Amino acid sequence: MPNKSLDLHVGEAKPGCAKKDPIMIVDKLTKSFGGLKAVDVDHLEIPRNAITALIGPNGAGKTTLFNLLTGFDTGDTGTWLFNGKKLAGVPAFKVAQLGEVRTFQLTKALSLLTVLENMKLGAKNQKGEKLLPALLPAIWKSQEKQVEEKAIEILKKFKLYEKKDDFAASLSGGQRKLLEMARALMIDPTLVMLDEPMAGVNPALTESLLEHILNLKSSGMTVLFIEHDMHMVRHIADWVVVMAEGKVVAEGEAHSVMKDQAVIDAYLGSHQELDLGEVTGRVNK
Amino acid sequence: MDWGFILSNTAAQLLSPATFAFALAAMGLALHFGFAGLLNFGVAGFMAIGAYGYAISMLTFGLAWWGGLLVGIIGAVLFAIVLGIPTLRLRGDYLAIVTIAAAEIVRLLFLTTAFTEVTGSADGLSGYHASFRESNPFAPGTYGFGPWQYNEIDLWVLTLGLAILIIATLFVWRIVKSPWGRVLKGIREDEDAVRALGKNVFAYKMQALIIGGVIAALGGFVYALPSAVSPGVYVTSLTFFVWTALLLGGAATVFGPILGAVIFWVLQAFLTNVLPELVKAGPLDFLTSQQSSTIRFILVGVGLMLIVIYRPQGIFGDKKELTFVK
Repeated sequence: MPNKSLDLHVGEAKPGCAKKDPIMIVDKLTKSFGGLKAVDVDHLEIPRNAITALIGPNGAGKTTLFNLLTGFDTGDTGTWLFNGKKLAGVPAFKVAQLGEVRTFQLTKALSLLTVLENMKLGAKNQKGEKLLPALLPAIWKSQEKQVEEKAIEILKKFKLYEKKDDFAASLSGGQRKLLEMARALMIDPTLVMLDEPMAGVNPALTESLLEHILNLKSSGMTVLFIEHDMHMVRHIADWVVVMAEGKVVAEGEAHSVMKDQAVIDAYLGSHQELDLGEVTGRVNK
Repeated sequence: MDWGFILSNTAAQLLSPATFAFALAAMGLALHFGFAGLLNFGVAGFMAIGAYGYAISMLTFGLAWWGGLLVGIIGAVLFAIVLGIPTLRLRGDYLAIVTIAAAEIVRLLFLTTAFTEVTGSADGLSGYHASFRESNPFAPGTYGFGPWQYNEIDLWVLTLGLAILIIATLFVWRIVKSPWGRVLKGIREDEDAVRALGKNVFAYKMQALIIGGVIAALGGFVYALPSAVSPGVYVTSLTFFVWTALLLGGAATVFGPILGAVIFWVLQAFLTNVLPELVKAGPLDFLTSQQSSTIRFILVGVGLMLIVIYRPQGIFGDKKELTFVK
């Protein structure tokens, strides 16, 4: 078992409990789609330099919360602080520049760019990415070389180096997940948000993906990830946040939160002792 | 049939203002569609702005020819900004609809009788050549050989057209091979992924729209350089001809648009010359000569379909880098 970070919270481990060193503090964040309140988070703190899992049944609002926190969607109300900086209304690209970087549930490898180009695209503050300097290679050639060295170093760690000149389209689903994560590291993030990193990844790759996520923590980053695979959550998460119907219904360390009645209700339904027909109202006893 | 005459006319089209103009317009479109993934169906609008900007500046405001050129460029920049602010947030296919409408608005503004004094309405504009011809560095005479013989005015037009084409090509080649171009290609593939990597996607798309639009407007300028500006030219079918040239050469390439434009116009010249001859000589005697000149446009349409289906990457494109298959 990997070393877990313990003792992250202050007081009782209940929904919205305070953390000793939060990297992200969310307050009264709501988002509705029509009549449906997709996200309704009263208070949530994400502990720094720890791995936090965000779990919950389908439709609980996990991905919507991700979209809000990364600026890909705008909330109706609420504030959230990342490293003490207010992020409401900040566009997605600026959020990423601040060091909060995400991956997507449906992997977004840039198919018709090579693996190496995908990586290089991730690097921050590239002079050659501005239009006028782009015209003069003398300005950006040396930086480009550094970016390439860094990209190759990360690609080697992720065992994608041999693929560096192939189009990303030619990678398998699992390799694309790896590439997406590797590419996110090019930004030097402080908070890495992974949306279902294990979905569709074969067991052989799972091992190395887990390893990479644990490495993120040991190199000082904070990880927040959405996952349905409870084995994985139990294995690597230091802290677990459970969402259901847009709300945070439970928080705690992995082993204890799984026993929480609210979590069992959220996953299995609170009417598990009743007949399905009674719940839906089709059968009247 | 006079094959010498047919081939000579066809060869002459290799170096013509129309060919250079199409090469420029297709180059601008390559930056839009091939590199940034922007489905711009308003190429004719950008070309019209380049052409009318040039002619109106001289006829109405008495500017020198290079002043007219500058006005056309500024007009294209403004058009790109006005077009881009509301539409670049839209998904690709919506952008296509908006651009096609915007180009029609531009054409109808030049066509309406409300501004006849400035735009010439349906007659278009002509007789604006004085300033350009005054700056001609070539002495009067005949230059060239074989099918490529020009007087000093044609030579000046061709030289300037070619110079603009070369500068635009070098410019595009340089920027698409830079980190800037890499971001652009990333946006073409998936703009949300690029946004998640901290790039200002909107700014990049706007820059691409402006640069490509200016290059297309330069195409309109070169098109207007030798003779006249007519609103009947800048119709939607012009946009589709430019698309044909682009896809022929390869959408995500720098030299493809030039090759595509050359093939397009050389083929047009060949068919224009050969079809009426075939009618006269017998093989196509069931057609009138008027019908035979329409047939070449049908052939363009068929050709475009065949390219898109069987060789979507174009002649120069990387086979793996198919821009239509995602």
